[in-house]
Amino acid sequence: MTPSMVILLTGVLCAVACSLLGTFLILRRMAMMTDAISHAILPGLVAGYVIAGGSNLLVGAAGAAGAAMLTVTLVEALRRTGRLDGGASIGIVFPAMFALGTVLVTRYFAGVHLDTDAILYGNIEFAFFERLYLGGHDLGPQSLWVMGGLVAGNLTFLLLFFKELKLTSFDAGLAAAMGFSPLVLHYTLMLVLSFTTVGAFTAVGAILVVALVIVAAATAYLLTERLIAMVAGSAAIGAGSAISGYWLAIRIDGSVAGAIVTMTGVCFGLALLFSPSSGLVSRARQHRQNRRRFTLDLLIAHLGSRERSGQPGSGATAAQLGAALRWPASQVRSTVARGIAEGMLTQAERGVRLSPTGRAAVDGMRRT
Amino acid sequence: MTATLAPTPTAPLAAAVSRPDERAAAVAVRGLTVAYRDTPVLWNIDLDIPAGTLTAIIGPNGAGKSTLLKALLGLVPVAAGTAEILGGSLAARRRRIGYVPQRGSVDWQFPTNALDVVTMGTYGRLGWIRRPGRAERARARQSLEQVGLADFADRQISQLSGGQQQRVFLARALAQDADLYIMDEPFAGVDAQTERAIIDLLQTLRNQGKTVVCVHHDLETAPAYFDWLVLLNVRAIAAGPFASTFTADHLRATYGGALTLLRHRVGSGALS
Amino acid sequence: MTVLHDLIFDYTLRNVALGSMLLGIISGVLGSYAMLRRQGLLGDTLAHAALPGICVAFMLTGSRATIVLLLGAGIAGWLGTMLLLHTVRETKLSEDTMLGVVLSVFFGVGVLLLTMLQHWENANQAGLDRYLFGQAAALVAADVRLFAILGAVALLVVALFAKEFKLLAFDPAFAGSLGWPVRGFDVLLTSLLIIAVVIGLQTVGVVLMAAMVIGPGAAARQWTDRLHVMLPLAGVFGGAAGVIGAVISVQAARLPTGPMIILSLTAIVVASLLLAPRHGLVPEAIRRRGHHARLVAPSLSRGDPA
Repeated sequence: MTPSMVILLTGVLCAVACSLLGTFLILRRMAMMTDAISHAILPGLVAGYVIAGGSNLLVGAAGAAGAAMLTVTLVEALRRTGRLDGGASIGIVFPAMFALGTVLVTRYFAGVHLDTDAILYGNIEFAFFERLYLGGHDLGPQSLWVMGGLVAGNLTFLLLFFKELKLTSFDAGLAAAMGFSPLVLHYTLMLVLSFTTVGAFTAVGAILVVALVIVAAATAYLLTERLIAMVAGSAAIGAGSAISGYWLAIRIDGSVAGAIVTMTGVCFGLALLFSPSSGLVSRARQHRQNRRRFTLDLLIAHLGSRERSGQPGSGATAAQLGAALRWPASQVRSTVARGIAEGMLTQAERGVRLSPTGRAAVDGMRRT
Repeated sequence: MTATLAPTPTAPLAAAVSRPDERAAAVAVRGLTVAYRDTPVLWNIDLDIPAGTLTAIIGPNGAGKSTLLKALLGLVPVAAGTAEILGGSLAARRRRIGYVPQRGSVDWQFPTNALDVVTMGTYGRLGWIRRPGRAERARARQSLEQVGLADFADRQISQLSGGQQQRVFLARALAQDADLYIMDEPFAGVDAQTERAIIDLLQTLRNQGKTVVCVHHDLETAPAYFDWLVLLNVRAIAAGPFASTFTADHLRATYGGALTLLRHRVGSGALS
Repeated sequence: MTVLHDLIFDYTLRNVALGSMLLGIISGVLGSYAMLRRQGLLGDTLAHAALPGICVAFMLTGSRATIVLLLGAGIAGWLGTMLLLHTVRETKLSEDTMLGVVLSVFFGVGVLLLTMLQHWENANQAGLDRYLFGQAAALVAADVRLFAILGAVALLVVALFAKEFKLLAFDPAFAGSLGWPVRGFDVLLTSLLIIAVVIGLQTVGVVLMAAMVIGPGAAARQWTDRLHVMLPLAGVFGGAAGVIGAVISVQAARLPTGPMIILSLTAIVVASLLLAPRHGLVPEAIRRRGHHARLVAPSLSRGDPA
């Protein structure tokens, strides 16, 4: 396998592993918890480094997972004091953990592998050269094993707990009543998230992990409401972003991780604008159509009440309508034109009046 | 059985009633339509609320009661129509309006005390940048006294009971020294004693010639409390003097088929 | 006494301590409003969203002047906030999700731009990445002057509109009923927060900025129930954390200033949560014990079996 194949595959596996979890995190409004965890694992990594006396994958992962669990617990404990809301608790805990980690790194490990740039950028570019050795045998790039393991692990987690996750994400109270403990599932999800974060952290860095977890899932959420489709969609969007991001990084000679995240951002932007169901463009169009229908309804309702109050026959002029409805002349003109085009209004001696169709529509509105 | 009024819901209501003193309308709404996103919340409302009344706005959930109040205050965009307040535009009459939002709409953990919240009622007259001084605080103390909370001026607002919080909001509106009071569910979640105290206060205001407009939920207490009624369900179903407007037909038109329970109560005379 | 002597006469330490103190004061005061409006993490998102602005400002001007880069940072942060608010209003995505999306995507674009700049020829981007982790030690007198001017403007606006901001934070609907331009004040307050954040980027960096915004207000809130006490107190706590962090970091080799500021601040927050007389957890536990004793003891002394 060539080095660039390894980078590409690492990126795809990493994006898929992360985005599999994202759906449940955004449905549970825990996006910023992901941000907190991805930073707070730093002191755990350092502790693992000290305990193992060097870079050791398993010990480091255990330390990081411990730090993540500590963060989740501390945030929850702070929130429960009733002194701080959830957001403020997160904002107190993770910078403290990160600051502690940074101090430890700069003070005791300056120059070693745990350098601070890698914390923010990751070093996916070196994926090919970090090999996994077992008993002296070269088993290939370590990142592929780690990321492949994460994808398999996260998939298993989802398959095992899909029903519970679905239930607790939509209705925690009902789930508790049915005997599923939301708390146990919450901590399990956090544990899976922290392992995923540790694995992805080395490839893309602390902050960009957040993008891989959240942005693809948020994009899928804009495109569909079905849970299965959201999970599958976010994995697909994550994989697509990894491939196109790698291409972009090569093209413009920039950070691979940064480019992958930029591509997830592009996907999100496209969905935000053009999603048929909830995109801004279709919403604006719908809004305009509704507003038109709405103003025409108002106009014929007004003509209907004029007729009932004994001013029938001769019709209403644009000036009269404008004065009564307090509409600008242009709005009266365009609404009247649309009403005539749709057969709701007919020309009268002076201005317009309701057509039989229009009168029937008014009667229908009054009944409902 | 209650008397049946003309069934046409959009009959010119204010004109239909004979009120001994023909006072100007405190609120005059014409063709008011408000849409939230794409659905109309208020549709083509025509409404007059005479000055000097204690008015209840009653209707089912989602009928647009709060929205109507917010539209009167210019807090929501209006799709069509107008609202006149005390015979003039909203902008010209703002200083003469007092507003009591829903108690649940604010964070009662906010670092402030009762007196300070009530002092906010004087901000409108103060204008920007100028700070409240001795006169404003004296006014606020007086308002607190009016609602029976003089001893609670320095109390942190989270330390107040629900009923006391509601009275603080009421005192803030009193500090606005208004002619028209607009209140969103002033009786929600308060104890019976507070409810009594609040309604006494509102009736005192009315007797001073002020106008009070409340969103109200409790159909049982409404007849005893109010003298003018607006029944609302997206449209103005009926409006007029309370006794003649609070009829089974109008309530059925307001609550639709969902009010079987109520019809039963009307039949058994609970609403007499 | 040597610390005090150094604070006054050591050029570097003086600038670092002054700059950090100014940052602490400004972010403490403005962060308090954000915290009260339950927008604490907006500071975190703003800080991350600023990165591409710094890069673009450098690409466009080629200048590494603080004011130019901070202007870019501010504009990017502002765009990110507007995108966030608009999307939360118009779509089903929650505020929490959009905070994460804006934070990570803007930052990702920033990283991409930063690495592109690194690979450009003739364009030494050195100095840009100090905004990531902050480099308080590199603060010079000109930076401190800039902070002082920006901070003075921000605090002056807060002082002028104290009454307006209080009502906006407590009850925006009531403010609207008075005819005040609530949206305008909202944008003004957010813009002031952006000033605090861009000052912080250079000192503590993007990641730690969240704590600078939330911490001082969270600590101050425990000591008082009055906003007009809480705001200056938050400024004092933030400023103190800045000075303490700066002083500690020069006591030993390789103690980074930004993280030391945050750890000092965290200590203040924890102490406040535990010990503040009004809301602290320890005094509360003692009070509860007292209540318990008063409630239980008399009945015991009467020999009541219940």
